[in-house]
Amino acid sequence: MGDTIVVTSGKGGVGKTTTTANLGTALAFAGFRVVLVDTDIGLRNLDVVMGLENRIVYDIVDVTSGNCRLKQALIKDKRFDSLYLLPAAQTKDKTSVSPEEMRYLCEDLKEDFDYVLIDCPAGIEQGFYNAIAGANKAIVVTTPEVSAVRDADRIIGLLESAELRNPTLIINRIRPRMVKHGDMMDIDDIVDILAIDLIGVIPEDEKIIVSTNKGEPAVMDSLSQAGEAYRRIARRIKGEEVPLMNLDVPNSIMDKLKNLVGMY
Amino acid sequence: MWEFIFRVLGRDNSNSRKHAKERLRLVLVHDRASISPYLMNRLKEDLIEVISNYMIVDEDEMELHLNQNDREVTLVANIPIKQIRRDYMERSQISS
Ligand SMILES: Nc1ncnc2c1ncn2[C@@H]1O[C@H](COP(=O)(O)OP(=O)(O)OP(=O)(O)O)[C@@H](O)[C@H]1O
Ligand SMILES: [Mg+2]
Repeated sequence: MGDTIVVTSGKGGVGKTTTTANLGTALAFAGFRVVLVDTDIGLRNLDVVMGLENRIVYDIVDVTSGNCRLKQALIKDKRFDSLYLLPAAQTKDKTSVSPEEMRYLCEDLKEDFDYVLIDCPAGIEQGFYNAIAGANKAIVVTTPEVSAVRDADRIIGLLESAELRNPTLIINRIRPRMVKHGDMMDIDDIVDILAIDLIGVIPEDEKIIVSTNKGEPAVMDSLSQAGEAYRRIARRIKGEEVPLMNLDVPNSIMDKLKNLVGMY
Repeated sequence: MWEFIFRVLGRDNSNSRKHAKERLRLVLVHDRASISPYLMNRLKEDLIEVISNYMIVDEDEMELHLNQNDREVTLVANIPIKQIRRDYMERSQISS
């Protein structure tokens, strides 16, 4: 029986889909059987990030409403035989699935897969409650911005009242240089405020955009910093202890000058 | 002259990280204090139950709310008392 992990955030655009695609790919690469479930009904994205948009025949609503069997809707990944995607419906609205149906669906998927990763839509409406209904674990994604952290706090509260205790935190799009110059909240600030366990930190990385353009998750790119950060999180999910990535930036000439003048 | 150098070196960049953290802390104090009317009512009923052991309160006039200012959130209760129970000493002895 596998784990069902929902990737959620509250605020939109902070990296839920990117995270789901990369963690799923990294876990499949490590040999696990993984299925990614896109619950962002009406705003389907995960298929594009995975590069599987041309293979979709059925979607999640076809499954829950009995139009097709679960196996028919699962799309096999291009790269890994043990990785599958259950795409969201694009033309329906988020009320076309119920939390009850999601629970049944996740129970079925857990039979066949080691990890069921659920990509949650932004917001705290029906779509959120659908996405978390069948999950037994949660990952909260935020960026180092006031509004994103505030929404993350709200989500953590909602997860707790839904009995999804001890969610873990991913801080995405950290810019080490801005942190160093005191222009961005750092990891400790955010962990301190949200008071949940950190499972990883992802740096801002242009390769994420390149990889999304190609439909190939950044974990496949050995030179991508964000890819490396996601590979580490995948190992932590498996239960390994892995140190946080070193995101220190070398001193610039400006910094050296400041040191000289004794300003820091 | 020094002012110019400081500016060039970016000292004037007032530390926006500290701003962010402080604003976040405050906004979360408020967010987390938004208790539902249902919970507020439960709290009110529980308070009445406890206080009634000692005095009779005017339930209709009782007020209970959260007060928020920039720094903190406080629970403010205004509970008019109709009568102090004369028997509260005995009651506490019986129950203990
Ligand atoms: N670490 C990163 N570095 C650079 N760009 C990133 C990073 N993480 C995410 N992005 C970019 O941010 C955008 C939003 O990411 P993504 O779609 O994963 O967010 P989301 O939380 O799923 O959004 P939504 O709430 O709309 O579903 C994408 O264009 C993605 O490429
Ligand atoms: Mg998304």
